[in-house]
Amino acid sequence: MSAKPSRIFIKGNEAIARGALAAGCTCYFGYPITPQNDIPEFMSTAIIEAGGEFVQAESEVAAANMLLGAAAAGHRALTTSSSPGVSLMQEAISYMAGSELPGVIVNMNRGGPGLGDIGSSQGDYFQSTRGGGHGDYRTLVLAPGTCQEGYDMMIEAFDLSFKYRNPVLMLGDAIVGQMKEPVTPWSPEKIENYGAADWCLSGAAGRGPRLLKSLFLDDGALAGQNRHLQQKYEAMKVEARAEVYECDDAELVVVAYGSIGRIVKSSVRRLRAEGRKVGLVRPLTLYPFPDAPLRALAEKGKRFLTIEQNCGQMVEDVRLSVRGLADSDFHGHMPGNLPGSDDFVEAIVARLGR
Amino acid sequence: MQSANNNEKLVFDVPEVMADRPTHYCPGCHHGVAHRLVAEVLTEMGLVQDTLCIGSIGCSVFIYNYLDVDAVEAPHGRAPAVATGAKRARKDKFVFTYQGDGDLASIGLAEIVHAANRGERISVVFVNNTVYGMTGGQMAPTTLVGQKTTTCPGGRCAEHEGLPIKMTEIIAGLGGTAYAARVSLDSVKHIREAKRALRKAFEMQTNNIGFGFVEMLSACPTNWHMDAVSANRRIAEEMIPYFPLGVYKDVTAEADGKE
Repeated sequence: MSAKPSRIFIKGNEAIARGALAAGCTCYFGYPITPQNDIPEFMSTAIIEAGGEFVQAESEVAAANMLLGAAAAGHRALTTSSSPGVSLMQEAISYMAGSELPGVIVNMNRGGPGLGDIGSSQGDYFQSTRGGGHGDYRTLVLAPGTCQEGYDMMIEAFDLSFKYRNPVLMLGDAIVGQMKEPVTPWSPEKIENYGAADWCLSGAAGRGPRLLKSLFLDDGALAGQNRHLQQKYEAMKVEARAEVYECDDAELVVVAYGSIGRIVKSSVRRLRAEGRKVGLVRPLTLYPFPDAPLRALAEKGKRFLTIEQNCGQMVEDVRLSVRGLADSDFHGHMPGNLPGSDDFVEAIVARLGR
Repeated sequence: MQSANNNEKLVFDVPEVMADRPTHYCPGCHHGVAHRLVAEVLTEMGLVQDTLCIGSIGCSVFIYNYLDVDAVEAPHGRAPAVATGAKRARKDKFVFTYQGDGDLASIGLAEIVHAANRGERISVVFVNNTVYGMTGGQMAPTTLVGQKTTTCPGGRCAEHEGLPIKMTEIIAGLGGTAYAARVSLDSVKHIREAKRALRKAFEMQTNNIGFGFVEMLSACPTNWHMDAVSANRRIAEEMIPYFPLGVYKDVTAEADGKE
């Protein structure tokens, strides 16, 4: 890490854009949608000043395919959007996964289904962690809960993307994107592209032609490709990360991610001050899911409560993590209502007091 | 190719960039001719080792099996967006898409129009054979009125399906387009003209002038249910009257005061 400059007071969306630039992102493609417009607006000048490329695409469909094209050329490229726009990107994300192309896609999750609203939501958890588009594939998914995490995770996202030659999603939300916090910018000492020069398209000079594709028609070829992809997804599991907070003596472990995880942390802190034995596991990666710490806690006899701003999505992964040992209750904060820390205290106390 | 023990002299060879393997295309299909024109122009312009080919969906998805250049497969219709991303990342490379009429004029209409309008420094080879070939002969946006396909078995009806889309005219009307021409592959004369147009379109990219577009009227004898000779005749008698050949835009000619 190079010398740290002083902190700056910025929105989460800007933190994400600045993190991408620090990560060596050279191409940005995007289409306007609330609540992430600060990102393309910032990038429209900042990435040009950094010597990169900015295109306001005709649609999210096109933006994601521009990402695919820049990735094929071995560049660090970014597109950002929010839920309805990310739905439109799923075609390209599937092709990128099938063709093993790196790229970072940010989804500042808003309410759905359909046009929903422009407020905070975690309704895209399934879309993000189950592939989202067609076919058997997975994308790494990072979930920031603070502006600083938005910055830091962008640097991590590009590294993971090139390390595994796979699309990486950042699943934020309207709260993370729109709130302002102090952020400490930093730059990695070195940009590591994990041998991209050996597979990217650069013109077949002094070597045979290269082909990046997801079509495998020969007998057994697609099965082989799918086996290879599944092995890669298995290898990704070492990247699972979570914040484990006050869980050692906890009777009840709350599981929550992103901005909701952070709000729940405030609730847990307040209940701890009252002497209540409650802890928090906040997944920082949603795929791979951090099942190991949850399973270890289940082995110690903890009870679980999953809190999400949706109608129950991540709770399925929590249950899978502790299966055979424990179960998880669920408390859903309905998208469309902005949550505060008071909203979760009652739900936690209700489970604690059983 | 050259027999050693006679007086024959090789005057016409296959460009080295063309892979030495038979194509999967049907007898009388014009993709082989179009591929060869691309290969010849890339070779003559010295671009082979700097080329990024953006393949599309349709029969020509396998263009990468026949041209020994770096290539990536784009989702259906998205080749101009993929090409935009590749070219913006590598401005020093030559980037072209190769797309059929279903790919370019139907599902990919937004991508082609906006890439052209932005003046992306890419080149587009548009093969128009008025039908979806790979999927088995369904109606395309360029299917002629009255033409029978598997999804308009009674013939395309202007009242219900609209008129065939004239892409070159649309592309020529966009600000970022530097060159737009419609050519045909039905005769030797037209093939020679097609090659000249292709070179012009490619030069718009190598000279950093703007977007280059060539529409090639082409035969699909299998899905037209015709032999190759009749298919060529159909291009001349039915397609060209509706899709007139010519250079619809050439900003270099305009600058020279020529048209």
